[in-house]
Amino acid sequence: MYKMQLLVCGGTGCRASASATIVEKLNESLKAHGLTEDAQVVTTGCFGFCEKGPIVKVIPDNTFYTQVRPEDAEEIVAEHILKGRKVARLLYENPETQEHVSDSRHMGFYQKQMRIALRNCGVIDPENIDEYIAREGYSALAQVISDLTPEQAIDMVKQSGLRGRGGAGFPTGLKWEITSKFSSDQKYVVCNADEGDPGAFMDRSILEGDPNTIIEAMAICGYCIGASKGLVYIRAEYPLAIKRLQIAINQAREYGLLGDKILGTNFSFDMELRYGAGAFVCGEETALIASMEGKRGEPRFKPPFPAEDGYLHKPTNVNNVETFANVPVIFLKGPEWFSSIGTEKSKGTKVFALAGKINNVGLIEVPMGITLREIIYEIGGGIKNGKKFKAVQTGGPSGGCLTEKHLDTAIDFDSLVAAGSMMGSGGMIVMDEDDCMVSIAKFYLEFIVEESCGKCTPCRVGNKRMLEILEKICQGKGNMEDLDHLRNLAYVIKDTSLCGLGQTSPNPILSTLENFNDEYIAHVKDKRCYAKQCKALARYTIIPEVCTGCTVCARNCPVEAITGERRQPHFINQDICIHCGVCYTKCKFNAILVQ
Amino acid sequence: MVNFEINDCHKKTIKEICESFGNRRSELINILHRSQEHFGFLPEPVQLEIALNLNMPLAKIYGVVSFYSFFTMTPKGKHPISVCMGTACYVRGAEKIVEALEKELKIKVGQVTEDGKFSLDCLRCIGACGLAPVMMVGDVVHGRLEPEMIKDIISKYE
Repeated sequence: MYKMQLLVCGGTGCRASASATIVEKLNESLKAHGLTEDAQVVTTGCFGFCEKGPIVKVIPDNTFYTQVRPEDAEEIVAEHILKGRKVARLLYENPETQEHVSDSRHMGFYQKQMRIALRNCGVIDPENIDEYIAREGYSALAQVISDLTPEQAIDMVKQSGLRGRGGAGFPTGLKWEITSKFSSDQKYVVCNADEGDPGAFMDRSILEGDPNTIIEAMAICGYCIGASKGLVYIRAEYPLAIKRLQIAINQAREYGLLGDKILGTNFSFDMELRYGAGAFVCGEETALIASMEGKRGEPRFKPPFPAEDGYLHKPTNVNNVETFANVPVIFLKGPEWFSSIGTEKSKGTKVFALAGKINNVGLIEVPMGITLREIIYEIGGGIKNGKKFKAVQTGGPSGGCLTEKHLDTAIDFDSLVAAGSMMGSGGMIVMDEDDCMVSIAKFYLEFIVEESCGKCTPCRVGNKRMLEILEKICQGKGNMEDLDHLRNLAYVIKDTSLCGLGQTSPNPILSTLENFNDEYIAHVKDKRCYAKQCKALARYTIIPEVCTGCTVCARNCPVEAITGERRQPHFINQDICIHCGVCYTKCKFNAILVQ
Repeated sequence: MVNFEINDCHKKTIKEICESFGNRRSELINILHRSQEHFGFLPEPVQLEIALNLNMPLAKIYGVVSFYSFFTMTPKGKHPISVCMGTACYVRGAEKIVEALEKELKIKVGQVTEDGKFSLDCLRCIGACGLAPVMMVGDVVHGRLEPEMIKDIISKYE
């Protein structure tokens, strides 16, 4: 047994900052100091605190080192491991008190969090099944298949109140029950790991940090619905998650936790991977199934639901990664425990990917019912560079933008929908006063237009028309009728699209029209973008008192809109200016004013 | 359109790939993944060869190739560059990074430099939002980018 362990984050974010080299250097230093018997370096999954990565955590004393560089490895080993003295300069500094916080449990980022789905991420080595087993891994599966009937197990999931974490929030136990009622020679359990929402990365972090929990949960689901085959539909863009999941599957097979007659029972279950190829619409379950069958990922009309007619026309149960990650815990701690967390209709926790203009970017897991204010200011540490909060976008391209007035809403599936957004997969992008909400709406619409599969007309043509109107507005060529037109189109698309992608695609437009109507009006009526994001609407002028007459701007202007004598203040002719912003970036004296 | 002459060696490779998936049409996406890994892209002759092996219409295969953004019918550069255009990167200025790259490489998004060294694409979220804005050059992630850093990073690739 090792006296100490050095946990190094091996998530994609920290690996991009050389965490693999840190592992190497730590191992070298341990060897040099003859400490290889006492301390062990473990590459773990994501700690969540990506903003301060790469993270190195020392246990048992829970010391949390942030922004570690490979050259710091020697000092950590020589000081902390050998002499027991913490390296103060690498500890997290509380931004308010400037005090060093050594224990992660005392950091604002972690204090309000509650980790169920992420319970093992950043704690165990994801490439070693023994570490998962040591943390009660696979004991839920053992309990279910040896002591419970499928009906009893489904009842427990129903009692827990778990709802699908992929976006729509359909009750998981009910879904399992429906699938279990259809009889067939073959049924399938599918895990949706096609995380397409830009800005959400929880599913990837779970697969990278704790792949065994997904295997265990899928096997439990297989037992409940009567399926012997599991399929994980995973993005090809997640090579690390694919690798770790494959390792976990192989190890589980070796241990007899997958395969024929698992743990001496009559239950057999095995699984394989299917790769996505980059199509957002494949998050919709019927499109996902079409894609797994080797076809274009186009959704189809429901009913029949996949529970009846799914993969290869067999009954199929599709759940998302985070949903599965909650399942083993429900059996270990009991459905009553799980349903004691959260709000009346949304039980348990939710993982959010907190990103954008916020101090603590990262992956967080919080109980349902927490407020946006707590997330943004207490966990997230407030807005970057002391700017003013403007909006928070939840639910990705299917969600909406919430404002200051929503900050104290207790968030759960239903309250977010009532506020004009949705939970979605849990992306949470914070925006400040410098973001133009019309541009943000346009950004999401560009995404939708690119990702619409083209099968139904409202989504294929309607979204394209909405995008054209938004482009017109951002060019300063919009009028008030355009705003009415935009709103009408949005409602028609919402009501008449075939699948969830089209039905929710107008949400970013509708929520910004509702909450930031004055910004749209400023673009249309005054032809101004006060956030200075829409280039065509920016007005560049030279402040005569500051201008030194160095002529740099005039020489760089591509349309010769700037005139003036050397050493005399220059002048921009607004009729010729094409708003390219070159003068602004070239001026060394901050003499160009953008309005 | 890129000219790609298919030879017997290529045909043999494609046959082997298809066979390794039991020539099953339901495995088409996995077959395309494997073929793209091998050839770097999926030109028409490769698609036709897959169609012959799986005994299905070329149009169906083209339908699948053109549907998914991961599949490409044009070759990438030696160092493919992908700029993340996820929301987190977008609000932290990914557009300016793209502009800087376009200026530095003198190509537009979706194109390859004349010497074939670099290709430029956008992708949706690699999940390194903590480092936004980010781009990938090959398999390496470069984070916390500023437009001024682009020249330096590019010059490090031969």
